[in-house]
Amino acid sequence: MEILMIVTSGVIIAVGVYLLMTRSILRVVFGIVMLAHGAHLLILTLSGLQQGAPPLLTEEAASYADPLPQAVILTAIVISFGITAFLLVLSYRTYKVHQTDDLEELRGNADE
Amino acid sequence: MSTLHFVALAPFIMAVLIPVFYFKFRKIHTGWFVLPLPLVLFIYLLTYIPAGGDPMNPVLNSVPWVPSLGIDFTVYLDGLSLLFSLLITGIGTLVVLYSIYYIANKNGEPLHNFYVYLLMFMGAMLGVVLSDNLIVLYVFWELTSLASSLLIAYWFHKEKSRYGALKSMLITVTGGFSMLAGFSFLYVLTGSFSIQEIIAAAGTISGEPLFITAMLLILVGAFTKSAQFPFHIWLPDAMEAPTPVSAYLHSATMVKAGLYLVARMTPVFGMLTEWFWILVIFGLTTLLWGSVSAVRQTDLKGLLAFSTISQLGLIMSLLGMSSAAMHYGAAGSEALYTTAALAAVFHLINHATFKGSLFMVVGIIDHETGTRDIRKLGGLMTIMPVTFTVSLIGLASMAGLPPFNGFLSKETFFTASLNVASMDILNLETLGFFIPVLAWTASVFTFVYCMIMFVRTFTGRFKPDNYEKHVHEAPAGLLVSPIILGGLVILFGMFPNLLAYTIIEPTMQSILPGLLNGGEQFYVNIYHWHGINAEIMMTIGVVFAGAAITLNLKKWQQTFFFNRERDPLNAVYDSMLDNLVTGSQIVTRAQMTGRLRDYMVYMSIFISALGLWTFFRYDSFAVDLGAQTPVPVYMYIITAVLLISTLALPFVTNRITNIVLIGVVGFVIALLFVVFRAPDLALTQLLVETVVVVLFLLVYRHLPEIKKESVKGWSKAVNAIVAASVGVFVILAGLSVHAMRSASDITPISDFFIENSYTLAGGKNMVNVILVDFRGLDTLLEVLVLGIAALWVVTLVKHRMKGDEDV
Repeated sequence: MEILMIVTSGVIIAVGVYLLMTRSILRVVFGIVMLAHGAHLLILTLSGLQQGAPPLLTEEAASYADPLPQAVILTAIVISFGITAFLLVLSYRTYKVHQTDDLEELRGNADE
Repeated sequence: MSTLHFVALAPFIMAVLIPVFYFKFRKIHTGWFVLPLPLVLFIYLLTYIPAGGDPMNPVLNSVPWVPSLGIDFTVYLDGLSLLFSLLITGIGTLVVLYSIYYIANKNGEPLHNFYVYLLMFMGAMLGVVLSDNLIVLYVFWELTSLASSLLIAYWFHKEKSRYGALKSMLITVTGGFSMLAGFSFLYVLTGSFSIQEIIAAAGTISGEPLFITAMLLILVGAFTKSAQFPFHIWLPDAMEAPTPVSAYLHSATMVKAGLYLVARMTPVFGMLTEWFWILVIFGLTTLLWGSVSAVRQTDLKGLLAFSTISQLGLIMSLLGMSSAAMHYGAAGSEALYTTAALAAVFHLINHATFKGSLFMVVGIIDHETGTRDIRKLGGLMTIMPVTFTVSLIGLASMAGLPPFNGFLSKETFFTASLNVASMDILNLETLGFFIPVLAWTASVFTFVYCMIMFVRTFTGRFKPDNYEKHVHEAPAGLLVSPIILGGLVILFGMFPNLLAYTIIEPTMQSILPGLLNGGEQFYVNIYHWHGINAEIMMTIGVVFAGAAITLNLKKWQQTFFFNRERDPLNAVYDSMLDNLVTGSQIVTRAQMTGRLRDYMVYMSIFISALGLWTFFRYDSFAVDLGAQTPVPVYMYIITAVLLISTLALPFVTNRITNIVLIGVVGFVIALLFVVFRAPDLALTQLLVETVVVVLFLLVYRHLPEIKKESVKGWSKAVNAIVAASVGVFVILAGLSVHAMRSASDITPISDFFIENSYTLAGGKNMVNVILVDFRGLDTLLEVLVLGIAALWVVTLVKHRMKGDEDV
């Protein structure tokens, strides 16, 4: 199952990188969201997908899923959410001020 | 701190006080406050001259500066340092005196700037010649470059001054950096920055390959400073400086710093054949090039600049020849091999005297007539008799005519070149003949340009219409310094042996140490009449050939080479500078496109190429199919949904479909978290994804439809390939990490959390216990991130610049 998940997260990251290289500012935000998804999935996969119980001691199981990567991913999710929200508002403002969402047209002056 | 340390530091201390004098005593010319300092230093340094023909005892005194790096401010005074210190302070005194009358104290002339720079230069120069530590020497060396540029651009409102200052700065600092690299190599080889210790270790390291590199790098430094071919081009443009500066820096002292360095390093590198040949070839090329170029000049200072270049080349070649003596080992008793060192030292002194006086004379002519152009000048012989006399002495000495000191040094130069040519070492038996031939040719041209300066300035008819001013003899104060220097020219010409065992012999000892046994001295005897020999015939030949060329000068000046005044190498320098600017502009424009897409392509290519190359290079790709957990059937379905909605994203242009797809991906990932036994993650992911989708929908109303991208097909293909290669790299890295993890026998740290989350923290939800207890700091800062993001959002939405102005 790990190999399946690694390939999946690789594909997600590739799509994220591709979206980052497009011209629409909204698609760039999509790309960042996808990169975050791929990274979270990769962290979880690489720490081992043991088929143990959820990391709750009330389960009283013989083995548990690794709790540390879950804590790490939880932190990462919240941070990437903050970034996404900010980028969205930024693209909203950019569009409002410059009347374009095309990054090609947002390049400023040649001397900048 | 010994007194000698203060000799180098006193000018800097004085420089700090100069603005005080300038602003406090506006009526008195600031130069008078400066004048005593070099005079006192000069008199003090005179006390070090060995009396009665005794050998000179070097003085060594050290003050720690950066002891942990072996950098100490060590002063070392031997014959060579003493000679240079005396030149710097002696001519410094005369130049300060001259400048008092040359730069008038009126119209708000920024005299304090002038004297601060001049004192800074003087101190730096004394530091260069007194330092025994290479790093300290380098520091002072760069200070001379800096002070020189500041002085060249003293009249900074002139375009040409700034050009000259920039040029001299670029060339000498380039050489300085190269020299620093050479010094570092010497340190690597010997473990010491002390010149005396390096000299002591020179024999043991001469076989190292770094040794030759160090020599070449140090020579670049010396050649740029001393205006050797092809680095000489800065010197003629430095003539935009005030004339006292040209006289002091660009004839007598700074340009000799390179010669000092070469002389100082001769005991280290002199045994190398390369050292001999490089110095001789570049010195002679410079000598010939400078003397031929000087003939073309129409500006008196330009002529003197090329003449300085030529004479520096002469001394440089003599220093090269003197290293030949080292190849003979202990055969120092024969004066034959050390004549070159003698000639170098003697001509160094002579050049400082006559070139200093000539520059001052040209300054006087410029000051009194308003022009330095030899096409306008003429007939000044009777109008300015004193100036004329001093010029005549200086020019005759420069041309090498008896009875002046230039004659003697030229004779010894010819003797040295004939001696060297007759040696049977270093391939000289076959190549040696060209040394005296070149020397003689260059001397002919030297004679010619001296004649040009004399004939065009002083003879002919006086035409008052050519001048803007009423032309008359200069005031006495302006004439004192050139008269003193002219007097020295005669004095050293008549009684050359005044210098023999006081200055010249100790200097030769510094250049060629170790050739003599204890208590022995080099034989120095300079006199006028040698009888009829080859040298005197060469001098007579110079006079006749030079006179013949001068008489036919009109014809010569028609030819291609002589009808242009600027050095052809300037075109090379200018185009190099232009190409550097345009070249870097091209490079910058090519990469700094301002497109996010291009930068992403660069970064992605770099990351994936580096990663893939590492896999290939270390053959480290591994995949372990056995270590997997089994895949249930429903996982294939979930993954298929995830992959399909992900891969569809780039192809969909409808915005609402895009947002829905993003939502689907997020929710499937939440589902995966459920499958992988992560309830907290699944919960958070569900919530966050919902909020993100809501946000997207909120922004949706305000954003336009995603256009069909009008990009070229190949550009899209590049994007796809780059993105795919990043994906491949991630997959390969993930597979390898997975294989490595199952191959190695790691106990995860999580066992600790599993065992202790209840006993230590009193919680049964391990993830939450980690988040708020074991690793609570992460959570604190994550909250901070959210807070900042919220503030950003509020600021972006609410905040406006004044009025309606935005962004």
